[in-house]
Amino acid sequence: CRSRWSPVVPGDGGGMDSPAGAGLGGADPQLQRFIEVETQKQRFQQLVHQMTELCWEKCMDKPGPKLDSRAETCFINCVERFIDTSQFILNRLEQTQKSKSAFSESLSD
Amino acid sequence: MESGFGSDFGSDFGSGGAGGGKLDPGLIMEQVKVQIAVANAQELLQRMTDKCFRKCIGKPGGALDNSEQKCIAMCMDRYMDSWNTVSRAYNSRLQRERANM
Repeated sequence: CRSRWSPVVPGDGGGMDSPAGAGLGGADPQLQRFIEVETQKQRFQQLVHQMTELCWEKCMDKPGPKLDSRAETCFINCVERFIDTSQFILNRLEQTQKSKSAFSESLSD
Repeated sequence: MESGFGSDFGSDFGSGGAGGGKLDPGLIMEQVKVQIAVANAQELLQRMTDKCFRKCIGKPGGALDNSEQKCIAMCMDRYMDSWNTVSRAYNSRLQRERANM
């Protein structure tokens, strides 16, 4: 089963819900499957690029001869906290949307 | 260093065979994979260059001096280490999330 959460990429609807393959290679199921898989892989890659950039700012002082364990731990924590942040934002947004629509219903024009 | 990545891979998707006119999905998939790999390499290089320029170059002089070059070289390696660490950590997290569904 799939959770509501999916990796958030800026500019992307956030969805594994949208049928990315539809209309592209639609006639050929092999191509369609390929597109889905590659799209997934690319989402992953993009997020790695993005997190590496962000976490570099937070975790790297002066580049040394190797990545010391403190920096490595920082990177790992950074990735986890970034995902947590993304989930938090989605969850809270969902909550505020729910309460907003309940509110605006009672205020119908 | 840059021009090697710019070559036009995609212009002849279907014409790989001898004037057959039939599109081979296997060939298309391979070519697409290559293009994706190239695009990822370019992205990596671009961000690495940005980060290492910021870390290693102070006030830009008339040329890159020895310490700047050494710094850039180390920075490149550390950036790759970081990228790999992030990739592994993200992958672990994704697997954990899937296991928890």
